[in-house]
Amino acid sequence: MADPVKLTIDGQAVQAAPGTLVINAAKEAGIPIPAFCYYDGLALQAACRMCLVEVEKTPKLQVACTLPVAEGMVVHTDSPAVQQARKGTLEFLLTNHPLDCPVCDKGGECELQDMVFRYGAGESRYREEKIHVDEKQWSPIVFYDAPRCILCYRCVRICGEGLGVSALGVGNRGAAAEIVPNGGDHLECDECGACIDICPVGALTSGTYRYKTRPWEMEHVGTICTHCSNGCKTTLGIRNGNIIRANNRDRSGINGEFLCIKGRYAFDFNEHPDRLTMPLVRQNGELKPVSWAIALATVAKKFLELRAKKGRFGVLGSTRTSNEENFVLQKFARRILNTNNIDHHRTGDLPALLDALSGRTDALATMGELYTAKAALVIDSDLAQEQPLIAFQLRANWRHHKAHVYVVSPGPVREDSYAETVRAGLGQEFEALETLREKLAKEPELTILFGAAIKGDAVRRLVAFGDSLGIPVKYVCLVDYSNSRGASDMGLLPDLAPGYEAVPEPGLNYDQILSDGALDAVWIVGTNPAARQPLAFSNTFVVVQDLFLTETARQADVVLPAASAYEKTGTVTSVTGEIQKLSRAAKTMGAKPDLDIFQLLAKEMREDLGTVKPESVFREISESVKGYNVSFPVIETGQAIPTYPINGRVAFRPEPELIRPAENTLFTSGTLGRYSEMLNSVLESPGALYRDPIRDTGIRVGSVTQETQTTAPVDKPQ
Amino acid sequence: MIYNEPSPLETKIISQRWTMENSAAIDTYLATDGYVAIRKALEMTPEAIIEELKASSLRGRGGAGFPTGLKWSFVPRNSGKPSYIICNSDESEPGTCKDRLLMENDPHQMIEGMLIAGWTIKSNKGYVFIRGEYRYLIPIVDKAIAEAYERGYLGKNILGSGWDFDLYTHTGAGAYECGEESALLESLEGKRGIPRLKPPFPAVVGAFQCPTILNNCETFSAVPVILRNGGAWFAGLGTPKNGGTRLLCISGHINNPGVYELPLGFPFEQLLNEVCGGMRNGKKLKAVIPGGSSAPVLTAEEVQGLLLDYDSIAKLKSMAGSGGIVILDEDTDIVAVALRTIKFYAHESCGWCIPCREGTTWLKKILTRFHAGFGQQSDIELIGELANNMLGRTFCALGDAAAMPTTGFITKFRSEFEAYLAKNHLTLEDTTPELVAIEAH
Repeated sequence: MADPVKLTIDGQAVQAAPGTLVINAAKEAGIPIPAFCYYDGLALQAACRMCLVEVEKTPKLQVACTLPVAEGMVVHTDSPAVQQARKGTLEFLLTNHPLDCPVCDKGGECELQDMVFRYGAGESRYREEKIHVDEKQWSPIVFYDAPRCILCYRCVRICGEGLGVSALGVGNRGAAAEIVPNGGDHLECDECGACIDICPVGALTSGTYRYKTRPWEMEHVGTICTHCSNGCKTTLGIRNGNIIRANNRDRSGINGEFLCIKGRYAFDFNEHPDRLTMPLVRQNGELKPVSWAIALATVAKKFLELRAKKGRFGVLGSTRTSNEENFVLQKFARRILNTNNIDHHRTGDLPALLDALSGRTDALATMGELYTAKAALVIDSDLAQEQPLIAFQLRANWRHHKAHVYVVSPGPVREDSYAETVRAGLGQEFEALETLREKLAKEPELTILFGAAIKGDAVRRLVAFGDSLGIPVKYVCLVDYSNSRGASDMGLLPDLAPGYEAVPEPGLNYDQILSDGALDAVWIVGTNPAARQPLAFSNTFVVVQDLFLTETARQADVVLPAASAYEKTGTVTSVTGEIQKLSRAAKTMGAKPDLDIFQLLAKEMREDLGTVKPESVFREISESVKGYNVSFPVIETGQAIPTYPINGRVAFRPEPELIRPAENTLFTSGTLGRYSEMLNSVLESPGALYRDPIRDTGIRVGSVTQETQTTAPVDKPQ
Repeated sequence: MIYNEPSPLETKIISQRWTMENSAAIDTYLATDGYVAIRKALEMTPEAIIEELKASSLRGRGGAGFPTGLKWSFVPRNSGKPSYIICNSDESEPGTCKDRLLMENDPHQMIEGMLIAGWTIKSNKGYVFIRGEYRYLIPIVDKAIAEAYERGYLGKNILGSGWDFDLYTHTGAGAYECGEESALLESLEGKRGIPRLKPPFPAVVGAFQCPTILNNCETFSAVPVILRNGGAWFAGLGTPKNGGTRLLCISGHINNPGVYELPLGFPFEQLLNEVCGGMRNGKKLKAVIPGGSSAPVLTAEEVQGLLLDYDSIAKLKSMAGSGGIVILDEDTDIVAVALRTIKFYAHESCGWCIPCREGTTWLKKILTRFHAGFGQQSDIELIGELANNMLGRTFCALGDAAAMPTTGFITKFRSEFEAYLAKNHLTLEDTTPELVAIEAH
């Protein structure tokens, strides 16, 4: 590395790498230089002129956000000239700014307010009329109030550079300049709301949050989004026990400030009026609300009765419940119900990958590594739709580090704009890979991400391909749900116990449990299989734990209202193996966390599950599950720790036919998403981007599912 | 066509063909030394061409006055990328109307200048970026380009040199800002006309991210004659470091407004009294805007003995700018002039940076109110301070272009502003008829 440049900032001797911008060199030295348009990771604008500093021997004030450090440079960031310039700029900004702070969503956490407070003049000299433009609504989510806008172009850049969507541009000129959707009067975009969160003022506001509260009235609880497997940290704003908003402005978590529409706005399912608040028991053919005591007694009595006469049980676990819950559920099934008939909806062939890697350490990539890897290869996944954080990470890696990204996909995907793409139908991936072999082998390292179409033997072939390149290769098996990885790691599998330990007598799998009409009891926790396939239950005693009366719950004998991920404490494991903590943020009267339900049920059955508190279960997991021996305090403080559940060959029963992708788009989230009004309103708003390939046969262009669809798209009413 | 009678005091060099019949036709051009310079250039090395330009002390005629030879020498010639020649014919500076005459009356001269630039950096493509409001010029320039193609001066293997050069016209969309070279490039690339961060300068990263020579139409038009007659000859026409002649666009309260070609360093008084026939209606001179509306105003006292070249005008803390000289007589209402000027810049501010976007608009509002008779003493101070808060702090020179004249009016004619306050109200009829017409518009 080149020698550091020595300069002086406010009398302080500072060293910085050549090319460092003065604004960053000062920040490193603990000297803040105010700026609106300068934003870490986005293109330089030099538009707001707030960061002007005095540089000795330079006649004019200099823009610190575009000025590289130079040897011997002497910078003053707080001289009278600089103070005067900042005052002048802020005075200009306030001329047409409406000063409606008392009713502005941003009031209290507004960068313009803070800047004026810190650097501005005490009084206004502006006596003229302000320019007024009416507020516009661009989508169910995004509202724009032009007069409040200070034109820092952060929104334009996060959308174009960050997401690769480029839904926003600038219209008009001079004082009439304003942000405009490139699609005319409405947005054609991911509706992720990154533009809203990045806005330093209240110009962009969200349909969920606007005029709901003052920021200081909320408590902020950092937890993990429950909608997909990427494991984004979302900070929930809670007022009176209700979730009012979600964002991640503190850039904590594996996602930094990234969130998609689901992480930012689809928390509203939690307060949907259809949430179950009382247990239901079938009486005379109808589900009737009963007390928890009656419901639990009913289930315990039936389970004990069936166990006593050696009845057959089946258990389906959830891909959204916590690791602790999954661990306890499989323990309950295996130890109390004496069955290995346990499974979950598998969206990726993790056992096959772990077996193929056969104990190799350091072959699973983390989310952080997707931002630093020199090269990545994506096979059969429309990342922007299905794995939004991964899509963001890879794009950022390409933007900032010039990473090489390769794509093998059956249909157009967003990565095409910067990746080297090979179009290949499902099943043709390996032919396509051969065409890339030469280039891939020249990379210093590679991370391969593969979707659900690569399963069973194809996973083994893929790892063999990776090995044959002669370079270090890491893998990501792209599972879909928020704790798909945890469900697999915690042994919600008929053939594998926690940590992928083989069980002596594998039980029935997912399809078998659902189609075997002769099971005596089926216990379904937090999953809705009836939405995808018919249930062959006739004389089966069916217990369902869920948030809503789903298609599956309607067929149950007992329905137990469960708490959502936002209402419980525990841990989940992301698609890239990071274990992170769920923190209880909200509460629904009557619903209980699944972990509490397991404990109460065990108690009712006079069985001992040990201490069933999240912390104690986690301790048990970290002591007994391979790869989960991680520091609890680190997780407790909101950090992510990667897990590597790898230890030699995995004696699994290959069942590739059970690997089925969630087929969620950016705007759907399985059963849960149906209860989000915000997701629904976006799906119903104009724009081809928002159509749902499952409920409506119109397919979003660019989705891999487009290729798997066998029937021609037909328009039909919802 | 030409719009004013030429003056015998002119040194007609780049405007030499304007008065000829069919002056824009290629045959007229060829009959008068046309395309001789490119033949000569094709025999020369790029270094030799640049040396000739440096010797000519030709400076950019768009406004900034940067030495042309030096600018060309900055273009990397082995970048491995294509390179471009761009002619800035986005002539928008108020008071300036020379490029339109050059394109209308002698387009081949500009084309030949661009060709020489193209050969110098081995570029294969050029664009003439013509101001949107000059749409009527496009058929004229297009016709000239077609003629040049026909005769082998454009296209493949030019004059057997093995070198290809294509030339296109492109029109702006009516934004003053696009006269700023990097905003012009954005506009040319089909984007919003906003300036780019510099460095890198267009010489290195210009059109389509490639090395680019970007000059004003008049600058390119001066290149052929420099190669024909030599840099030293051209330099000798003007004053030291201010080579050659330039087209001065004289407007305002004079008897013979028009565009005149005069050597740099021409005395102002001679221009006013002899070339332009003196002040209209025998009025007294009050003020002069010496280089387009963004040049700070000079008083009648200041212009006494002034020589019209870059350095002499710069000494008076104004600028030769684009060559647009506005003469204002004793009846001129300076407050109205200041208002008209800031109205233009507020209208043309691209909106990219805060001080220009908000500053020009605020100044316009204050001056509008002031001019309407609702001014207060503190406004005079405020106008000065706001202009100062813009000066040197904006992203591009447009902010300075708005602030400098405003500061000039308010400091040099402060008494007129104060008289407004004393009088408390002036009606529009009290101002000059021209300005009334402009205001009404």
